[in-house]
Amino acid sequence: MIKQGILFLLPLIWIVIKIVIVLVPLLVAVAYLTLAERRVIGAIQVRIGPNRVGLWGFGQPIADAVKLFFKESISPTAASRKLFIFAPVISLAPALAAWAAIPFQSGWVLANINAGVLYILAMTSLGVYGILISGWASNSKYAFFGAMRSAAQVISYEIAMGFALVGVLMAAGSANFTQIVLHQHGGFWHWYWLPLLPLFVVYWISGIAETNRLPFDMAEGESEIVAGFHVEYSGMGFALFFLAEYANMILISALAALLFLGGWLSPFEGIPGLAFLFAWVPGIIWFVIKISMFLFLLIWIRATLPRYRYDQIMRLGWKVLIPVTLVWIVLLSIAILTHLPPWFN
Amino acid sequence: MFLEPYSLLFIVFAALLVFAAVMVVCSRNPVTSALYLVYAFFNAAILWMLLYAEFLSLVLIFVYVGAVMTLFLFVVMMLNIDVAVLRQGFVRYLPLGVLVLALMAGIMIVAIRPLHYVTSNSVSLMQANNIHSIGIALFDRQMVYPFELAGVLLLAAILSAIMLTHRGRPSRKVQDINAQLAASKADRLTIVNIPSKAAPGEEPSV
Repeated sequence: MIKQGILFLLPLIWIVIKIVIVLVPLLVAVAYLTLAERRVIGAIQVRIGPNRVGLWGFGQPIADAVKLFFKESISPTAASRKLFIFAPVISLAPALAAWAAIPFQSGWVLANINAGVLYILAMTSLGVYGILISGWASNSKYAFFGAMRSAAQVISYEIAMGFALVGVLMAAGSANFTQIVLHQHGGFWHWYWLPLLPLFVVYWISGIAETNRLPFDMAEGESEIVAGFHVEYSGMGFALFFLAEYANMILISALAALLFLGGWLSPFEGIPGLAFLFAWVPGIIWFVIKISMFLFLLIWIRATLPRYRYDQIMRLGWKVLIPVTLVWIVLLSIAILTHLPPWFN
Repeated sequence: MFLEPYSLLFIVFAALLVFAAVMVVCSRNPVTSALYLVYAFFNAAILWMLLYAEFLSLVLIFVYVGAVMTLFLFVVMMLNIDVAVLRQGFVRYLPLGVLVLALMAGIMIVAIRPLHYVTSNSVSLMQANNIHSIGIALFDRQMVYPFELAGVLLLAAILSAIMLTHRGRPSRKVQDINAQLAASKADRLTIVNIPSKAAPGEEPSV
């Protein structure tokens, strides 16, 4: 009986260790992404950005975290206290849980499940609950407005995103991330960004909308509804929302890299000299480079584009993005049926 | 007795599912009720996952929790429901409610006894690709036409529901996107050349 118990517990402990191995670098990346965002936006706006704390400002995220940790947590009167505390948690949990299905290199994955893409979609669709609950539980008009806007927006863009992912599933013939990446074997021109270019663009736009980032940050809208859904939060509650947003940014970038840019595959594959020259680089390095590229793009977009008007967001989602994906899925199925080289032969 | 991990997990999540379902009915606030319903869906999804039905389980979360319940919550949050009025007659109608509940439970027990199912080997279930088998079942010759027909029917229902309710009142204050896109610089901006007047004591410029 005891032996049975140990046999049951050992894999459990091993899984917990693996989760820690994934989550710790992720949270460090989240912390330094906030710094990167401030520095990059600073550079784009021709100012310096935070560079005082530690070497080149590298202590800034830690200082911020410590500050938020020691702030008093205030909850408004007549707020629904339990839900008010629960909302940031439900916001962060799916953002972290989604990483279970992300492979970092061939075989480096927590759960190599068949329905990986679907799992990610299910997890990202849960993120909206954090915003909805926080907006309602705060008992504040601004927070409620933010929640309402965000709910409508996230549901609309989820459809476009889902269709974009359907295209990837069709092209790869699998919902398993490892399979999808391995199907893109063969160098830069074999990755799915080219045959699925419209879907790639749609995915990226709806990914920005799903993470509630500028230019689609209707849930926050500082100039219109102060800070939207998290206006009443202080201290750790606010910090958790922040963590969730940045973890989602990294997740969306990682997904873009996996589904459209060949994940951990080297871009020099198939090029005679370069392929040999870069053969020693481990796959995870390429993966991290691709993720960083997308993260930079997110920050760049934030610094460049003004906020959309609400009805324009809805129009873009329903009347532009969804029809584009529908048309491209039909074209894609023709391409797959005719075994269009070099992607589908 | 040492329980198998899987049956232990099943008992835990089944108990949570029942608890959530009871709380849907018993909680005082409609928003809390809706959230408990979300929780119930979530637990049901976990139970399906334990049966290796990963596709159905994830679709349950994606469709019901991620979309349907979000909209539901959206509506419930906006309504200002007076719970006290809803609670009137709760005790009076309780016997009838219990009767209906017993009837429904009876029908369910009769209809979905294990007798009607062929219990399959869980090992073979484990190795089968869920999406693949559901895809084959739905899109092979037998099922594809009923399935497509159901899809078209649903689409027609959606369109007719929108057509019936959406009258497009002329007094609505909405942006006319086409008019906005059609606007050009010439419509909005006129450049007028105003000759400047000379200030007292200055030479007139231009």
